[in-house]
Amino acid sequence: MISAAVLRGFLGLSRTRAAQTAPLAVRCYSHAKVETDEEFDSRWVTYFSKPDLDAWELRKGMNTLIGYDLVPEPKILDSALRACRRLNDLASAIRILEAVKDKSGPHKEIYPYVIQELKPTLQELGISTPEELGIDKI
Amino acid sequence: MLSSRALVRGLQSGFWRRLSTSSGIWAAHTHDVDVTDCSVPQYNNRLDTPLPDVPFVRNLSAEQKKLKEKEKGPWTQLSKEEKLAIYRLTHELSFPEMRKGSKEWMTVLAGVFFFLGFTGLLVWWQRVFVYGDVPHTLSQEWIEKQTQRMLDMKVNPITGFAHKWDYEKKQWK
Repeated sequence: MISAAVLRGFLGLSRTRAAQTAPLAVRCYSHAKVETDEEFDSRWVTYFSKPDLDAWELRKGMNTLIGYDLVPEPKILDSALRACRRLNDLASAIRILEAVKDKSGPHKEIYPYVIQELKPTLQELGISTPEELGIDKI
Repeated sequence: MLSSRALVRGLQSGFWRRLSTSSGIWAAHTHDVDVTDCSVPQYNNRLDTPLPDVPFVRNLSAEQKKLKEKEKGPWTQLSKEEKLAIYRLTHELSFPEMRKGSKEWMTVLAGVFFFLGFTGLLVWWQRVFVYGDVPHTLSQEWIEKQTQRMLDMKVNPITGFAHKWDYEKKQWK
């Protein structure tokens, strides 16, 4: 995931995931288990990849994910878009892309990166981006 | 008047919601209103909840049903207009439309100033018709005698009124 805290520290980077591999000092002031980014990503990929995911679970999961202070990783969005395909819900797929763009906020480099990573999936499934449909502007 | 139209619009948005229409493929853009059944989930345009609980258009016309059937097939075979229509069936407003500002602040500010003006008129009317003359204890002679008596009684001689009067020179310090 592309955390806003990481972005605040590395504004100039076009790809911020590399920064997260830098060694960090481990602090032992809490014994609660802290979920790593990879675990977070795989948990959500697994959630959206469930074969019998229903429409409510798709909406609940995506609304919860959008509520976090982060921009979802492209592989999470990939599984979410494939879930929309399984549920025959094109409107939700387009809405997810819109929400990701909105979550990027002032960081203009995130959305093009996400679209670039998702382009094979978008072409395979036939999903148009909001820009292609003309709903990204009033 | 602006306020009347704003009031009507507020009532409409508060008590009536655009649940559904059957006037064609661009039903989402008409403004028919219907009474809301509050026991069923509502459609909401919210930035923090991008996928609403229920689709915007729930009573589909024949063309809309056909479009929904086509949605179940490959999406690569849908045209741009069809995709847009499918989107509008489920979502009334896109994100930029939700984020667009409103000029409603003008109505609110106008209402505030109107009531402030009315209050001013009320105060003016009270000044003319309710309040009489100031009491006689504010007249100059009364104030002079009152001050003299306070000095004679040495009111608050340590730190207060009488403290500022020089009794030897009979003048203010």
